[in-house]
Amino acid sequence: MSELDREGESRRGALKCLAWAGTGLVWTLAGGVPASIGLPAAAASRRASPFSFVQISDSHIGFSKPFNPDARVTFRAAVAKIAALPRRPDFILHTGDVSQLSRDSQFDDADQILREAGLPVFHVPGEHDVLDDGQGRAFLDRYGKGTKGAGWYSFDHSGVHFVALVNVVNLKAGGMGDLGPDQLAWLKDDLAAHGPSTPIVVFTHIPLWAVYPDWGWGTDDAAQALALLRRFGSVTVLNGHIHQVQQKVEGHVAFYTARSTAFPQAAPGAHGATPGPLAVPADRLGEVLGVREVDFLVRDHPLAVTDQTLA
Amino acid sequence: MPRFRLAIVVAVFVLALGAIGAAVAAANGGSVITIDNFTFSPPTITIPAGATVTWTNRDDTPHTVRAVDGAFHSKAMDTAESYSFTFAKPGVYRYFCSLHPKMVGQVIVK
Repeated sequence: MSELDREGESRRGALKCLAWAGTGLVWTLAGGVPASIGLPAAAASRRASPFSFVQISDSHIGFSKPFNPDARVTFRAAVAKIAALPRRPDFILHTGDVSQLSRDSQFDDADQILREAGLPVFHVPGEHDVLDDGQGRAFLDRYGKGTKGAGWYSFDHSGVHFVALVNVVNLKAGGMGDLGPDQLAWLKDDLAAHGPSTPIVVFTHIPLWAVYPDWGWGTDDAAQALALLRRFGSVTVLNGHIHQVQQKVEGHVAFYTARSTAFPQAAPGAHGATPGPLAVPADRLGEVLGVREVDFLVRDHPLAVTDQTLA
Repeated sequence: MPRFRLAIVVAVFVLALGAIGAAVAAANGGSVITIDNFTFSPPTITIPAGATVTWTNRDDTPHTVRAVDGAFHSKAMDTAESYSFTFAKPGVYRYFCSLHPKMVGQVIVK
């Protein structure tokens, strides 16, 4: 057994434990098509992944309600979970709503806690992060160095092309998330440089698929972005905003929405519910908050997404 | 003393309603719009030119008020916070919450 295989075995052991605890979910994809669902299937994979990263979302620093009086505490628990992962991820993606009200003190607190993970962090803003007088200027000054427009950008890592999209600015009355023509034009140029076999990971705040339009849980011009992504064999779209795990596969595109580290929200369209915070008993809070780990197995073109609660 | 005590009672009553802004607006002959369950209520109001409208957020999540044509916009209103705007000119002013743009309303100024 090679060193890599042993590392894989130990990781699989950890995943199995999560399965027993009922806190983990894994989706594996082969060429963008789901090959299997569930931790045992992921554990059966014989190849160690070349790298992994973590998604964290909706920390809402500044949120304070009786069932979670200090979102810093749950955010710190999430970051500790990342620091304790058996294999060190290469970086963290934060898919927005770092803050509750775009205040400097809230961004400061978030940054201080995130530093405890000791990993590079890539950001996209949520609608709660663009509430300053400059409508996102404070977020861009802090996290947007080298980005275009309202903060969109891309980068490559180990053969995977990552694209950060912003769909929370210039929202229209009665609408949902919005990318806008400038960003779509940039996306077209950005993707043109990559061949169809390049795995693509898109990360943004509001879902790019219409999870529940009546609550604004979708992006009005997402179809144009998805048309540009259609020629790629493996596309993974990660987002936050709706504070719960939902997933969907459409052709070669897999969509995953992540839990919040601050508070849960109701299932889409739940009777009598609104898209606001869902109060839960304090002793159950950890079960509905969480972080997401993503493993790449590039040679076989599968991708494993593992959601962990904080409980 | 009795008068002083009455003043305290009134103050506490107003605080308990969480509607100081609304009370002030009402005193000025203005109009009040509340935000409950991600809805502006009433969604349409008609006021005379020069009147003031006060929005009060009673949800446990922040909201904003933003005119479609950019004529006015609030900062983020947290729970129990209010925003007021005085409409000098007649017209139809459509607005929405920039955080939750499915939330829409309009002010008709005669």
